[in-house]
Amino acid sequence: MIKRYGIKQLSIFLENRKGRLLEVTEALKDASINIRALALAESAEFGILRLVVNNPEKAKSVLASHGFTVMEQEVLAVEVVDEPGGFYHVVKLLTDNDINVDYTYAFVGGETRAILLFKVSSESLEKAMSVLSNGGVTLVEPMFFYD
Amino acid sequence: MWNSIESAPREELEALQAKRLRDTVERVYHLVPFYRKKFDELGIKPAHVKSVKDLANLPLTTKQDLRDHYPFGLFTVPISSVIRIHSSSGTTGKPTVVGYTEHDMGVWKEVMARTMSMMDVGPGDVVHNAYGYGLFTGGLGFHYGAEEVGAAVVPSSGGFTKRQLLLMKDFGATVLCCTPSFALHMAEVAQEEGYDLKKDFKIRAGFFGAEPASEGLRQALRDAWGLVYIEAYGLSEIIGPGVAAGCPYGNLHVFEDHFIPEVIDSETGEVLPDGEQGELVFTTVTKQALPIIRYRTKDITVLHRQPCKCGRTVTIMESVKGRADDMLIVNGVNVFPSQVEHVLTKVEGITPNYVIVLDKKGVLDKLEVWVEVDDRTFADGIGALENLKAQLQNEMLNDLYINVRIKLVEPKTLERSMGKAKRIIDKREAEGLKS
Repeated sequence: MIKRYGIKQLSIFLENRKGRLLEVTEALKDASINIRALALAESAEFGILRLVVNNPEKAKSVLASHGFTVMEQEVLAVEVVDEPGGFYHVVKLLTDNDINVDYTYAFVGGETRAILLFKVSSESLEKAMSVLSNGGVTLVEPMFFYD
Repeated sequence: MWNSIESAPREELEALQAKRLRDTVERVYHLVPFYRKKFDELGIKPAHVKSVKDLANLPLTTKQDLRDHYPFGLFTVPISSVIRIHSSSGTTGKPTVVGYTEHDMGVWKEVMARTMSMMDVGPGDVVHNAYGYGLFTGGLGFHYGAEEVGAAVVPSSGGFTKRQLLLMKDFGATVLCCTPSFALHMAEVAQEEGYDLKKDFKIRAGFFGAEPASEGLRQALRDAWGLVYIEAYGLSEIIGPGVAAGCPYGNLHVFEDHFIPEVIDSETGEVLPDGEQGELVFTTVTKQALPIIRYRTKDITVLHRQPCKCGRTVTIMESVKGRADDMLIVNGVNVFPSQVEHVLTKVEGITPNYVIVLDKKGVLDKLEVWVEVDDRTFADGIGALENLKAQLQNEMLNDLYINVRIKLVEPKTLERSMGKAKRIIDKREAEGLKS
């Protein structure tokens, strides 16, 4: 299922200093790369910017050429109804099957639905996908994000 | 004055030095293969050494030599005769080890008693000793010196500033022993806590050493505590503190009946005349466990051989002006950039590129090491990066004996150059007491 549903996420190491986020976004803009989903994790002195973009290969090489440290990993995305309990249902399925969520982020996609992205360990990614699929959750294919 | 030898006529002193030097040369030549080999290579026999002037022909010894013979390779006695071992962090991984026989401990107590006697410290004095106790020679060196002159010692060691102040006040401490920056830190904390330094405390003398101190810092300590500033100089390879001590006239006297000083040109190794600046070299002439011939301290100074107003005739050394190597002194602890580098090589997936940033946090030194995160180190997850930081900080503490703050920076942000990268940024400036 990873092959079909794995979504390439880019993680970028950023020091907490002025203008750094601007430089990342500027590099992506100049390369006409569209950011489809993002999350920023932060500690006292550095942060990790996580992106799903329309063209991960190109984004990766553009960022690397600008001197950023970039890491590519696979995450999974699901589509839920945008109403109370939508997120709960997904988390419960993962928890009941002993799958630990490293982190998750979400965005509202359209009028009635929301897209949730989950990062789980690479060993449990396959299992997570089948657990969710069997549990009636709709997995989102990468084509939704990519061009 | 503790011992009349400190003010003996030069001829008497030099005759004593010559005799002791001959004994020491015999000792190391016959008991330490390292020295025998070096002497033989230069075609020198112990019989060639007759006076102190002949020292100039003898080979120099370096910290690297100590490391190469880790741990006891340069000792002239079996471990059964050793009653104390101290060690300082080495330059790359392995520590530098020094040992003392019972006789050596006697020498150490003697020179520390001379140090304490610079202010006539004795029975009735309460000596608050805030030098670190443990492997470092500072804490125990002052401890034994204070006991030797019959003072009451409070072995408080470092840290816990507020508690230290309470004890100093309640025990009526008259003498303070610590690094000058810690003494200033204590003064600042005392002010914050609402103490009146001159009313609440009775400190009349401070024995300050283990790090350089500007005249501004010295004056700030005199003003804050109302004390007489006595400089203490030493290094564990020679004996620890007690190699030289400042008199109330501000001259730093070398106890040269035990440790013969020379100043050499760092590049050529040539002995420089008095009054010229160069690298300080010591030969110990009374030690048994670890006698050292012409040890290169890497400290830059100037020697003067002239009588002092205090009556002492022993050589005067100027306060250390700098280093002939890249050693850093951080809150009294010696740190070599190579140690930092060594730790980085031990930790998986770290780039060899780093910068050491030294700064002040209040009056105390703060050492930061900036490490670049690259594709190999970068784990997706704040936790993993924080763990990496913590691991590096632990390794640094373990190897360098000090707290180092690790800062993770983006790759290629640290300066690189064709030749040497600038690896050390020292923003410290000696500051006065803030009020």
